[in-house]
Amino acid sequence: MSIIAEAKHLKAYYITQSYGIERTVKAVDDISIEIKEKEVLGIAGESGCGKSTLLKVLLGTIDPPLKIVDGTMQYEFEESYNVLSMSKDEIKQIRWTQVSYIPQGSMHVLNPVRKIRDIFHDFIATHQNLNKSETTKLSQDYLQKLGLSGQVMNAYPHQLSGGMRQRVTIALATILSPKLVFADEPTTALDVLVQRGVVQLLKEIQQREGSTLVLVSHDMGVHANLADRIAILYAGKLVEEAETQSIFKNPLHPYTQYLIESLPRLDDKTERSSIPGRPPALDNPPEGCRFHPRCPHAMDVCTKEVPPLVDIGEGHKTACFLVSEEKT
Amino acid sequence: MIHSTDENLLDIANLTKVFTLRQGFSTTKLVAVDKASFFLKATQPEIVALAGESGSGKTTVAQMILGLTEPTSGIIRYKSKDLTKLTRQEKRSWFLKEVQPIFQNPFATFSPLKRIETYLFETAFNYNVVEKENVNQYVDDILGLVGLSLAEISGRYPNELSGGQAQRVSVARALITAPSLLVADEPVSMVDASLRMSIVNLFRQLKDEKAVSVLYITHDLATAYYAADRIAIMLGGWIVESGSVEKVLGQPLHPYTQNLKQSIPDPDPDRKWEGQVNLAVLETDEFTNMGCKYASRCPEVMEICKQKIPTDFLVENRTVKCFLYEDNNPT
Amino acid sequence: MKIIKDLFKYHLSFRFGAIILLLIFLLATLSFFSPYEAAKRRVVPKNEAPSFDHIFGTTSLGQDVFWILTFAIRNTLIIAGLAVLIGRSIAVILGSFSGYVGGTTDRILQSIVDSFIVIPRLPLLILISFVLKGELNFLHLALILGFLDIAWPSKRYRSQILSLREQEFTYTAVFSGMNTFKIILKEHFPFFIPYLLADAVSGFLWAIGIEITLAVLGLCDLTTPTIGTMIYWGNYYQALLMQRLWVLAAPVITSIFIVVGFYLISTSLSEYLDPRTRLKRLGTRE
Repeated sequence: MSIIAEAKHLKAYYITQSYGIERTVKAVDDISIEIKEKEVLGIAGESGCGKSTLLKVLLGTIDPPLKIVDGTMQYEFEESYNVLSMSKDEIKQIRWTQVSYIPQGSMHVLNPVRKIRDIFHDFIATHQNLNKSETTKLSQDYLQKLGLSGQVMNAYPHQLSGGMRQRVTIALATILSPKLVFADEPTTALDVLVQRGVVQLLKEIQQREGSTLVLVSHDMGVHANLADRIAILYAGKLVEEAETQSIFKNPLHPYTQYLIESLPRLDDKTERSSIPGRPPALDNPPEGCRFHPRCPHAMDVCTKEVPPLVDIGEGHKTACFLVSEEKT
Repeated sequence: MIHSTDENLLDIANLTKVFTLRQGFSTTKLVAVDKASFFLKATQPEIVALAGESGSGKTTVAQMILGLTEPTSGIIRYKSKDLTKLTRQEKRSWFLKEVQPIFQNPFATFSPLKRIETYLFETAFNYNVVEKENVNQYVDDILGLVGLSLAEISGRYPNELSGGQAQRVSVARALITAPSLLVADEPVSMVDASLRMSIVNLFRQLKDEKAVSVLYITHDLATAYYAADRIAIMLGGWIVESGSVEKVLGQPLHPYTQNLKQSIPDPDPDRKWEGQVNLAVLETDEFTNMGCKYASRCPEVMEICKQKIPTDFLVENRTVKCFLYEDNNPT
Repeated sequence: MKIIKDLFKYHLSFRFGAIILLLIFLLATLSFFSPYEAAKRRVVPKNEAPSFDHIFGTTSLGQDVFWILTFAIRNTLIIAGLAVLIGRSIAVILGSFSGYVGGTTDRILQSIVDSFIVIPRLPLLILISFVLKGELNFLHLALILGFLDIAWPSKRYRSQILSLREQEFTYTAVFSGMNTFKIILKEHFPFFIPYLLADAVSGFLWAIGIEITLAVLGLCDLTTPTIGTMIYWGNYYQALLMQRLWVLAAPVITSIFIVVGFYLISTSLSEYLDPRTRLKRLGTRE
């Protein structure tokens, strides 16, 4: 599979100055990742790991105080785009038509005083020259393909159920068949049943359109159901990257191991424990490996050097001296 | 649930809460909680989970128990005292000591402008739990119960702590008055997945070692299964199924519970979801007005479901509000 | 205090505001050292332009503009200060209590407050001054101004309390055993403070404005020098027409500086104290 987007050694920091106190938050610290065509890539991590910042960089929405300190980010569609330095025209060209973004809590995006039909029209008409009946037909067909009822078109957003709103927003973001779709915590704060509907919809869209889906979420259960490959972020760094099966069945990095272990399962009441300590503050991360203060296997080298991301085999990468030393 | 009466720590019978919404000249009634009944035993401490999706009424039930909202009808009894009839004095000197809350968002639980330990000392002083000289030690001991220490958190503002730590301080604050019941409203939903277990384990520990019962309100069935002894599933204000957690979540009887169970994302890539879920399209379709509230979405709906409201049927030591089990004894 | 030092070092507007206000207060204190008494007239040659002897010139009443100005500043600040103190204290207590308690008490209090809002204040003041002509010394004025500026502010504090009341930490405070008074004071008040500062300054400036307006219209005790009365006497003796600008320039420019100075201080102070920017300065986790 060819690569559709690639990030190399990205460093994005928040640099703020306030009353003489300067803070640099190293939210994304030397992350390199390849996004392959037609795959579902899950980016997992907990609060404070930098995944929202990574998403911003991947999308190219870099506003102060966020600053790109190093690295490159490219989209490889029919043309190459340097994401970090796109012009306004380029952004307008590719947004929603080639690259799409589903924000968190996206149901609030819908204009409460316009019917769904009109919302779709407003949206499509800015990118393609179609009249009202054409856009209505386009939207209706699309919704039908996705298994969403046509009733929706004539309703106002507040008349729809919460789950339906969320799915309509997803349909809206993907109707122009973008090749690369970023979803930011699409299932957080949703009820279990709605969550399932949303995930199934995303899957449907991805398979039908053959698009690439990058899913940012802290919910490992969602990743298990949806992602082909998962990248685990911790304190601004990529600590493990592998196919979904491998992450769950054979996690190599101690953090991932702890994470998988601590997830409750629905038929198992045996005692589970959580990771001791707490995630580091990104403005003052520990020296060397960021996880070493909480790691039961920390060695001397871990406190001094940053472990590089090493391919252990079959595309399973991890950044841990313990694992890479075992290999050598 | 099967009622045992005077031995109950907390007894809720036919609890109902109706909100009247006024929009201009029209009023609509929203029945948030509809004749809910359940109990917590007094003979031994237990953790009872109240599970449901948003809008199911579980938070409203918690608010009524805590006295933050008045029930429209029904009875809430705590240690045999009717909570709606407490005087202000009784409330302050007795009830607030016995029952303490733990809220969902640890960063909203504390004012961001106050140092977090002030709440602990404030609680200790206001309830006179210990003599002045021993306050520091007492607070430190309680913090020790939750795996923290006074030295660790002293002088810190809430946003200087992680979600997990702040939530643990919240639990510590609740424990200062040595309560018999903790009402925890979604206590781990805003805490990172990797830190959740420490809080849930804490509840289990408090139950085993300190005889504290917990009413654990959540929408996350996985942690409910892990934490609770018994569970009640809420849907649109009703309790549709209740019983021991192994039975209710292991072999769910009510179609809604079955649907919920299937929809939990299992962190196991070998067990992905099969089939499609049936979601309502319009807000008004979510709950029908006549008959069973689940009738519009139920895969096993029958004619009677659309016409009559099901009563609670007793099946194998649990109650199920579903006509599928009509042959069993109604409670 | 650390706050003042921080602000002075880093915040440009605070620095300006602070310097301006320092000057103003300096001038006000100088009034105690004035070689001329405030009420006396014809103590110096009339209508002289600014010179070495009289830095800002002299008025048509034979008073030294500079020294009268110092009195004027002092008196105006006192009037406005008293008015704000009285007014805002009552407003905070009234608004917080009404908002927190809610229910029927709130509704009754609010209807009373609403009736106050409807009162047209300037015409009322003109009427009062007219009726009490001459007997309205500036302490009375301060009192009246204070009472007239309660209604709107109390509504603002009430709305703050209304939102704070629903916050979860209010419930935590209740379960921690705190009574209503303690909750408002310890939990809610810190959120008020930036708002209170900005609001107090706006009240201050309103009081100064009204005082000047009334004085210029000749409606208060004209023997006590205030900024307003200086302008009044200037106009009375047609300073503009006779091109004796110094007589008017001094009070007008001073009043501008007072307004600007207070405004700069209040915005920078409230921005500093705003809970959200405070968080940026603490050791926060991202």
